[in-house]
Amino acid sequence: MAYKNFILVCAGTGCESSKAIEIYDSLIREAEAQGVKNDVQVVKTGCFGFCEKGPIVKVMPSESFYVEVKPEDAKEIIAEQVVKGREVKRLLYKKDEKTADTVKIEDIEFYQKQFRVVLRNCGVINPENIDEYIARDGYSGLERALFKMKPADVVSELKASGLRGRGGAGFPTWLKWDLTIKAPGEVKYVVCNADEGDPGAYMNRSTIEGDPHSLIEAMTICGYTIGASTGYIYIRAEYPLAIERLKIAIKQAKEYGLLGPKILGSDFSFDLDIRLGAGAFVCGEETALLQSLEGKRGMPMPKPPFPAVQGLWKKPTVINNVETFVNVAVIMTKGADWYSKIGTEKSKGTKTFALTGKIANSGLVEVPMGTKLRDIIFDIGGGIKGGRKFKGVQTGGPSGGIITAESLDEPITYESLTALGSMMGSGGMIIMDEDDCVVDIAKFYMAFCVDESCGKCAPCRIGTSQMHDLLEKITTGNGTEDDLLKLEKIGKAMTKASLCMLGGSAANPTLSTIKHFREEYLEHIRDHKCRSGKCKDLVVYSIDPVKCIGCGLCARKCPVPCIAGEKKQAHVIDRSRCVKCGECFKACKFGAVVKN
Amino acid sequence: MLSRDEKERIEAEAGRYPSRRAALSEALMIAQEARGWLGDEALADAARELGISSASAESVATFYELVYRLPVGEHVIQICDSVSCWIRDGESILDHLRERLGVELGGTTADGLFTLVPAGCLGLCEAAPAAMIDGEAYGGLTTEKLDAILDGIRGRKRGDAAQR
Repeated sequence: MAYKNFILVCAGTGCESSKAIEIYDSLIREAEAQGVKNDVQVVKTGCFGFCEKGPIVKVMPSESFYVEVKPEDAKEIIAEQVVKGREVKRLLYKKDEKTADTVKIEDIEFYQKQFRVVLRNCGVINPENIDEYIARDGYSGLERALFKMKPADVVSELKASGLRGRGGAGFPTWLKWDLTIKAPGEVKYVVCNADEGDPGAYMNRSTIEGDPHSLIEAMTICGYTIGASTGYIYIRAEYPLAIERLKIAIKQAKEYGLLGPKILGSDFSFDLDIRLGAGAFVCGEETALLQSLEGKRGMPMPKPPFPAVQGLWKKPTVINNVETFVNVAVIMTKGADWYSKIGTEKSKGTKTFALTGKIANSGLVEVPMGTKLRDIIFDIGGGIKGGRKFKGVQTGGPSGGIITAESLDEPITYESLTALGSMMGSGGMIIMDEDDCVVDIAKFYMAFCVDESCGKCAPCRIGTSQMHDLLEKITTGNGTEDDLLKLEKIGKAMTKASLCMLGGSAANPTLSTIKHFREEYLEHIRDHKCRSGKCKDLVVYSIDPVKCIGCGLCARKCPVPCIAGEKKQAHVIDRSRCVKCGECFKACKFGAVVKN
Repeated sequence: MLSRDEKERIEAEAGRYPSRRAALSEALMIAQEARGWLGDEALADAARELGISSASAESVATFYELVYRLPVGEHVIQICDSVSCWIRDGESILDHLRERLGVELGGTTADGLFTLVPAGCLGLCEAAPAAMIDGEAYGGLTTEKLDAILDGIRGRKRGDAAQR
């Protein structure tokens, strides 16, 4: 029995948290109720990326792209699309709500400039069904490696592809693998770093949720290449859906003889195990992760020795992140020639980014290396939410820096981002608008690093706290210009002297905002002014006597209370008692409460 | 005392690795699961199963955020306090929770129902502001939505998360 329609429901965590599973269940129920269950297959897929408009439902073969779907819409989708064969116009994605013109998927700007390599199967296949992965050439890369290539050939293929680590630092993947091959020892390990903890990053989570077999295939190829028989996936406990999908995928791969003893009838045996993190950001650092895997405190170790020589239980270990591995699966399937044509000379392939913050289309995107930031933020991301002015974008999470409007035309590569004082990082992009205060944001990032510093080395343990205190002084109006110099001095020392990259990059958000927005820092210091009004201690509220009609709403909302005035007369705020909570500002319907 | 089932599960974890110690964080989580938190006795018992000292296990237990060394309520609310939630007004969600539950971060409500803890980043940035309650993700939070969620959870038992 062939199905006439396929309904793909995004079941990534983002859409799931807004009732995607209810939509899925309702669709199945409706198909049964309306007597068309043999005409339609409803499938749960991974993330479509267009999270801003989620939950997303796509119907094939008509390619109808429905956005912001609710469980109640299931009845109409089945009745119209499956029974009558026509689209539900009101749910289709519209470029412009006013004209209500609908557009085909290929014409949605969000997808036009993207090129999906890592995410090629996300939103396309059912991640809980290995057959769908295999139908899209899945595991053919493993087959090719096992039967047509020697380990050294795999390394050469990776070298020719130009793949570099996607965890942030950009170390050539082939070299990491080659060093592990050459390190002496019988026992070797493959480890996947899926401890994605960077604030603003969720690419790895979505990749696993949407296409877990890609990761399994690549880790198995790695095991074959370096001569390892065991691999561990270290994944955050905060990602329950990804963990569940991985477990299902590993079980299926074992049933198909793609994991376990004598894979595909070869002499190569390989097993994979999942290990859950217990909540520590620093475990994303490779040596800390390995310590944690061994059942110790997740504290970084000095390098050398590098994990390639002395890693897990002191054995040579390849540790790569999720995106790096998934790229390997693609390279081994499609070949290095194909892959190396994507990207720039030194940064090959694509990169996934998570667009968050003040962006119109928040979501998961993938673009060729060398794409301009402007294309990502304005064409794909649709620009700033609510038409506000772009202020900056933070790449690389708490380890990166802010990139401002002047650099938007810079093509994204490992080198260009580092030159801009930021870094590739894992791929989180937090977009800020004119309403955000850069000093406040730098302080926020520093508070995160204070919390997450493991405390092992003094530069990071003491430096993050000291810098946070100085930033606190500035945002509360007590800072001096000397504090600004101190921030730069401590920041540079920390960058140089910290044991690992957590401390080594913790100063970046502060240093880069001082570099690009020194004026704003000085305003906080000299004028006790925060132009965006985010630093509460520097805000002053007053009431415009001309606009105030004396309704008394603000006085009733004031928790102190410090607003007085006769009925129908202009009210006044007693600044000496004001706690600056902003309730009056939010309450006033006449714009009479002014924030300075 | 650990139950027989708990001991067996810890033993199974230990068998997965070349060194028993590697199963420590799993053992601690197993010991914590039924109790909701990890008391001194449970910690010592879990450590003993793996043949390591309590002090050594303690050093690991206190390192990780998800191991609770103090009692927690029936339901643990992990409110995301990462920059991507914060920049999308996550603070008002946190303020609302503080006010409604009458607790600060790290606190447990007087009726023992809810414990409120911060999370570094839940990786739910596409659905910011977000929270996780009993391991289940909730995104696109507004104060109204949060109220409805909390009302729905009242009466639910520990570990009794909604079926996926």
